[in-house]
Amino acid sequence: MAEPLSKAALRVRQLRKAYQDVVAVDGLDLEVRAGECFGLLGPNGAGKTTTIEICEGLTRADAGEVEVLGLRWDAHASELRQRLGIQLQETQLAEKLTVWETLRLFRSFYHQGPETAEVIALVQLEEKQKSRVGNLSGGQKQRLALACALVGDPDLLFLDEPTTGLDPQARRQLWELIERFQEAGRTIVLTTHYMDEAERLCDRVAIMDHGKTIALGTPRELIASIGVEHLVEFSSDGAAGSVDTGALGRIDGVREVRRENGSVQMQVTELHRAVPALLEELGRQGVPLTELRTHSATLEDVFVALTGRHLRDE
Amino acid sequence: MSEAAAVSGTRARPRARHPLAQLTGTRFREFLREPEALFWGFAFPILLAIGLGIAFRNRPPDVLKIAAVTPELARSLAREKLLAVEELPAAAGAAELRTGKVVLLAEPGPGGTVTYRYDDTNPDGRTARRLADDAVQRAAGRADPVGARDELLREPGSRYIDFLVPGLLGMGLMGNGIWLTGFPIVDARRKKLLKRLVATPMPRPYYLLSFLLFRLSLLGVEVGLLLGAGVFLFGVPVRGRFLDFAAICVLGSLAFNALGLLIASRARTIEAASGLMNLTMMPMWVLSGVFFSSQRFPDAVQPLVRALPLTATIDALRMNMLQGATLLQAAPQLAVMGAWLGLSFTLALKLFRWR
Ligand SMILES: Nc1ncnc2c1ncn2[C@@H]1O[C@H](COP(=O)(O)OP(=O)(O)OP(=O)(O)O)[C@@H](O)[C@H]1O
Ligand SMILES: [Mg+2]
Repeated sequence: MAEPLSKAALRVRQLRKAYQDVVAVDGLDLEVRAGECFGLLGPNGAGKTTTIEICEGLTRADAGEVEVLGLRWDAHASELRQRLGIQLQETQLAEKLTVWETLRLFRSFYHQGPETAEVIALVQLEEKQKSRVGNLSGGQKQRLALACALVGDPDLLFLDEPTTGLDPQARRQLWELIERFQEAGRTIVLTTHYMDEAERLCDRVAIMDHGKTIALGTPRELIASIGVEHLVEFSSDGAAGSVDTGALGRIDGVREVRRENGSVQMQVTELHRAVPALLEELGRQGVPLTELRTHSATLEDVFVALTGRHLRDE
Repeated sequence: MSEAAAVSGTRARPRARHPLAQLTGTRFREFLREPEALFWGFAFPILLAIGLGIAFRNRPPDVLKIAAVTPELARSLAREKLLAVEELPAAAGAAELRTGKVVLLAEPGPGGTVTYRYDDTNPDGRTARRLADDAVQRAAGRADPVGARDELLREPGSRYIDFLVPGLLGMGLMGNGIWLTGFPIVDARRKKLLKRLVATPMPRPYYLLSFLLFRLSLLGVEVGLLLGAGVFLFGVPVRGRFLDFAAICVLGSLAFNALGLLIASRARTIEAASGLMNLTMMPMWVLSGVFFSSQRFPDAVQPLVRALPLTATIDALRMNMLQGATLLQAAPQLAVMGAWLGLSFTLALKLFRWR
């Protein structure tokens, strides 16, 4: 990594892709620097998969330019295939093959890369190397899919929703693997609709909605951009409706007060001053407090602030 | 070695791991780990040959059971060795005839004549009628003007099993060729595995080639087992050159592989693919003369029947095995097979979708 931040690993300009009835990608611009982990964050149908698959040379764009590792798909496809590691959103690997056989097959396509045994050790599947793929758990399958993306010792790794559908423990395990690859100086582009995943793994994030980037920056910058550091939420056993929100809004450091599903949400800049004042005000109004929660603003809040919607409809 | 080093460790590929070898190995592993495919592709045709071979084996001619009402008639009829005569009262004889215990009942008629009661739609009844009448007439003193001598022919090659084994061989080539090529490809497309493979540097022709190598190496086993069962259990002849026989099998298999590839070129679901496969194979099971001669279909449809790849394959196999024909004599059949191979393969490559 001589000049890690000067060279672009991926450059996308004015990318467009429409299917019969939807515009999946609508004039997208991206630049991913060598050595960084870049996240595409967005709700279902935002166009993340379409974008990443165009970059992977699997889908043809209607318009726009894509440059991967300084190369173009129409001229350098076979070189690019050797240098990219790819995990697709919904591949099912051959169920009848074992972990070892699967990786040996994938390894045979690449000129160079680690030995099969090394990749298996890397994703911690040693105990399962003789098991059939069909008998693996969801997390193990996902680690195998990651291993298949790593067998060619890629310069650039594309991961499309690497942890969707996994339990928290399996997700953390996968995050550690991705971080290790990142520490080795490789570039990663990943898509996700988990804000915690993006915050933990990504150096920079592009938030996508309806085929466009609506925000770009480090997770920290994006959170700071909405000007809210904390969120305070309380409920009061059915009495939340009678709270005088006007009075709450006048508390020092409180920016905005909203009612949502029987609870009250407040955007707050200084937690240490706002919370005591809130408790005092509720005491004065005689409102019994049944629940009080505070959390620091997340990328989810950024998305809500930008679109008025949540990332995932839960 | 540390994991970070494993990530960046780069080593040249050992020679044994050629992608084509790996892909072909994958075909074998997936096939051998699918017990159903093994049964239907390998064991079933052999069981069918054995079952049908036994059911339709050539037995010594059956002795037909008949009944006679009078002792005189019974005595005359007993001279015919192919008839087993029972003497019964008229009522009891009629009852046995009705229930099929005897195929014919002989009764004295008015004025010294004989009446034969039998079902003329039953071939056994008609045969018994001729045998019984001959016996009665000869007993009454009829002399045959022309002397006759029987020479019996029970040679291998003219029996049903000899006809059947080439039919089953052709049916196996078709079933395995289409199914074992088409099914794995559609399954891989459905699972997005095809898409994942083209996201690697895998040379795409290797993927298709692996099916070809897999099928050709399996061919020796699948043909060998069925042919071996036919030759050793039933003495089915292979009169033509063995190399010619092998060439017909290879060409037939290639034609059906290409057809399987064509069927699999676009289908996205197993249901769609099975439908197409059945639609392709069903008419040939019926028309191509696996179990009975395709000559039995009306002349009007004969050109169509002969243009089917399975008819051509089976005809070529029968010509080789039963008549000892050369490849040149089977040229029309081989041309049909070659045409199917060329057309299907070209079209399949044009239509093939990797995703
Ligand atoms: N092959 C296709 N044919 C038609 N429409 C498609 C196709 N692929 C994607 N789309 C549409 O394009 C839009 C973007 O889809 P895409 O898969 O890129 O979204 P995504 O951000 O990856 O969503 P998710 O988080 O659910 O994976 C969606 O509206 C989708 O319905
Ligand atoms: Mg997606």
